[in-house]
This record gives sequence, structure tokens and C-alpha cells, in this order.
Amino acid sequence: MKRFWIFFLAVALLLSSCGRAATATPVPTTVSPTETPLPATETPVPPTATPGPRTLTVFAAASLTDSFKEIGKAFEAANPSVTVAFNFAGTQALVTQLTQGAAADVFVSANQTYMDKMVTAALVMQGTPKDFVTNVLEVIMPANNPAKLQTLQDLAKPGLKLVLEDKSVPAGAYSLTILDNLSKDAGYGADFKTKVLANVVSNETDVKQVVAKVQLGEADAGIVYVTDAIAAPTLKTIVIPTKFNVIAKYPIAALVHATQPDLAAAFVAYVLSADGQATMKKWGFTPVTP
Amino acid sequence: MLLGLPLLALVWRAIGKDFFSYALSATALSALKLSLLTSIASVLIAIVTGTPMAYILARWKFRGKNALELLIDLPVVLPPSVAGLALLIAFGRTGVFGAWLNAIGISLPFTTAAVVMAQTFVSAPLFVGAAREGFAAVDEQIEEAAIVEGANEWQIFRFIMLPLAGRAFLAGLILTWARALGEFGATILFAGNLEGRTQTMPLAIYLGFESSLGIAIALSVMLMAVSIVLLGLMRRLERRSEVDTHPE
Repeated sequence: MKRFWIFFLAVALLLSSCGRAATATPVPTTVSPTETPLPATETPVPPTATPGPRTLTVFAAASLTDSFKEIGKAFEAANPSVTVAFNFAGTQALVTQLTQGAAADVFVSANQTYMDKMVTAALVMQGTPKDFVTNVLEVIMPANNPAKLQTLQDLAKPGLKLVLEDKSVPAGAYSLTILDNLSKDAGYGADFKTKVLANVVSNETDVKQVVAKVQLGEADAGIVYVTDAIAAPTLKTIVIPTKFNVIAKYPIAALVHATQPDLAAAFVAYVLSADGQATMKKWGFTPVTP
Repeated sequence: MLLGLPLLALVWRAIGKDFFSYALSATALSALKLSLLTSIASVLIAIVTGTPMAYILARWKFRGKNALELLIDLPVVLPPSVAGLALLIAFGRTGVFGAWLNAIGISLPFTTAAVVMAQTFVSAPLFVGAAREGFAAVDEQIEEAAIVEGANEWQIFRFIMLPLAGRAFLAGLILTWARALGEFGATILFAGNLEGRTQTMPLAIYLGFESSLGIAIALSVMLMAVSIVLLGLMRRLERRSEVDTHPE
């Protein structure tokens, strides 16, 4: 009987730990439970005249967590009986989930490349993605700046504990581009990128993980979006000059297989509207439609 | 059905998709090597520290024993991300104990040692539990007979307890190793993710599945194969021990 208990526990643990490896995000990036939408038996009606409770599912890049939560609340207030359910994660994780069959209505990417992937996969209709904000990156340090970083040059200091996003994450790819740009400058030297990358101690799965590790003081520095630094005001920052920086364009699009296509379109319209853009600006993003 | 289909689907996808070129890629091999090294280290630590602990828990009675047992069993049911966060808060650079360690120059997060710590934390209790059962199942009369014959504590342990509890030990060992191999949540939080230093197979699968599905699938199939072998071993041990303890 006891042996059976051990065996059962082994099966459960193996399956659960393997399952976690494939699906779980370590620090809960807020995933609101996705309720099963009502079957689309009703003809699409304008959101302001919805007959029953409906859920709009939005898959958005992790850097949009704070701003989009606010937009979600505003959208819910304007559309009673609509609940907006968010899945915030690294864009790369969202794309994998969507291409493998996850159900959502709206997709918001942190770069063009992943939105293009979605168009190629026929999950987003060609020509529908719209850039709605841009973002730039900067270096963050813990409040007490343990490594005493003053300038970008200090990123190459030996022994520094630098945390970046994995290169598959948009912010990670942007960071590498920025390092390339810096290495082309005589002031930094051609081996600047190599030196900085030698300081990387961890490649995280999204920007919020990097923010968390820096906030906890585990890392001496990280490279994230300025909007992430604004959302975590205790962090110290080093600005990356525009000539080296990357302008991250965020496209938004309704998904082809959305179960709530009218709501999806309305949500996209709201994000692009003056109110939506004002919210994004408040969180530090640069609106595309002024 | 639910258990079988995802695993079958995984194998189905893996077949023919350049499986070996993915499985033998630098990333995959690095993750495999790291996983094996760290999980075996974790198992060894579990044996060395867990065996005396299990013996004490099985044989002795003392105040606070229940609390100690609860503490030891806790990591088994604790969600791995909670375990990871706890390790970080305890042993992180600014952590409760970590701050002292940092003062003497030891920094644990982002190291391979941290991977071993995370794995040991979540898997060692499994070994202690199994070993405890094994020790407790040894017939006291045999032990008493040995004492009458003049055996000392060490001889009893070496010649009676170990052999008789051997099967339970092996089962516990296998369980511990499987759990350590599969550990993800605590590892990524406490040790981070860096290829070659802290990127174990589960981490490589999680990140690979976003940038290179091929590598993720290849690694998953490898882990699955290892798991099947381990489970098979455990079942055989379980059946044989049932025969042993029920000789009639």
C-alpha cells in the first residue's frame, strides 16, 4: 500500500513537473481566467447593446501590463456586461500559444516580427495590424545601486550581474541591437557588446521578470523599456541616447478566429482612440496617433 | 486518455523533424549535461543528509517530531514557484541569510550551486519519506535479535536496516532523481536561466519552445524517455518488494 502511494506520487510529480516546464510562467504574470465565451448564436451587435455577459480575451506583451489593465477597466466601464481577460507574457510565449491553438480575440505584440509571424500563420488578417504606440529602452538598477553604475560604459565592468531578457523576447532582441549600436561607436569600442554579454547572469522570459530580479536586488542591472521603469519608480535608471536606442513599435490586431470579433474591433478602436492613447501616454509610451 | 494523448502527440511530432540534429544541438546537449550533473548531485546530497534524518524519524521518539516531519514533507506539496521565491528571499543577495553569505563573498543566485539547491529543496523530502517508510518497515524483532547477539548500532544499521530497507531506498532515490530532473519553477526563480550554467532541460524546453520548437520537442521527448525508464524501474521494485514482504 505504501509502495503504491510512492508510485502514485511519482507519476503525479513527474507529470506535474513536466507539465509545469511546458506551460507555467514562474512568477505569475497576471493571467485572468478565460471564461468560455457564449456560443456565437447571436448575430454580432454593437457592444453597447450586448444581450448577456461576454468576455473579451486579449493576449498582450508583458510590457503592456499596467497600461492595458487600465484600458481594460475603462473598456469594461464603457461596455457593461463585458469582461476583459488578459494574458500578459513575453510576446514570444503568446505567439507560441496562439500558433498552437490558444483562443483569443486580440493580440498585441512588442515588435513587428512577431505580428508578421501571426499574419504568415493566417491568424491575423494581412493589413489589419496597426502600430499604436512606440517605446524605447533604458538601463535599470536597484534603488541602492549596489554596483555603483553611473554610465552606459559601466555595463562592461567585470563582475557586474546583468540580467537581460532572452533573445527570443522582443526586449531581449532590442537589447542586443542596442549593444550592437554601442559597439559601433568609437567611444565604446568594438568589444563592448562581448564584454557586456559576459556579465549576463540570466536570460529571463519577459521584461517583468527582469524588473523583478533588479527590484529584489539580485541583479545589479537590467535593460527594460522606459515604461517598465516608470511602473517601478524605485528603480534607478540610465538613459540610452536616442542614437543608440531602438524604437520599439507595438502593433495591435484582432485575431481572425476571434470568438468576439465585434468586441475585438471595438477594443482595438478604443486603444487607438484619444482616450486609449492618453492612457498609454500616461504610462510612458509614445502615442502614434497624436 | 488525458495522460496518454499529450505524450503520444509529443512523440508523433518529434519523429522525422530533424530530431537528431535538434537533440544533438549545442543548446540541447548543454542542457542535458547540466540536468544530469545537477540532478545527480541533488540525489547524492539527499542520500547523505536524508538517510540519517530518515533513520531518526523512523526509530526515535522526541518532542517536536511531528513538527519536524511536517517541515520536511512541506517542500513536496509546496508549489515550485513558492519554493523558488522562498529560496531567493532566504539566500538571495539581500536575503535573510544571503546577506551574511554575501558579506563573506558567497553569492548563490545565478549559480549552478543554486540549481542544485533548488532541486534538492524540492526533491530531498521525497527520499526522506521513502527511506523513513523503509526503516520503519523493518521488523523490530530482527533488530532485537541482533542486539541480543551483540551487534552495535552501526552494525545493525549496516547489516540489517540497509539491506532490508534497500528497496524502499531505491524507490525513493528514483523518485527523488525524477523530481530533481523535472524541477523548473524554483530553478528559474532562484538560479535564473543561462545556457551552460543554469539552463537545465526543463528551462531549455520552456525557452526553446518559444524560439525553437524543434529543440523543445527533442528535449521533451528525451526527458519523457528518461521518466518512462525511471517509472518502469520503480514499478519493478515495487512488485518485487511486495513479493518479499508477503512471502506466504
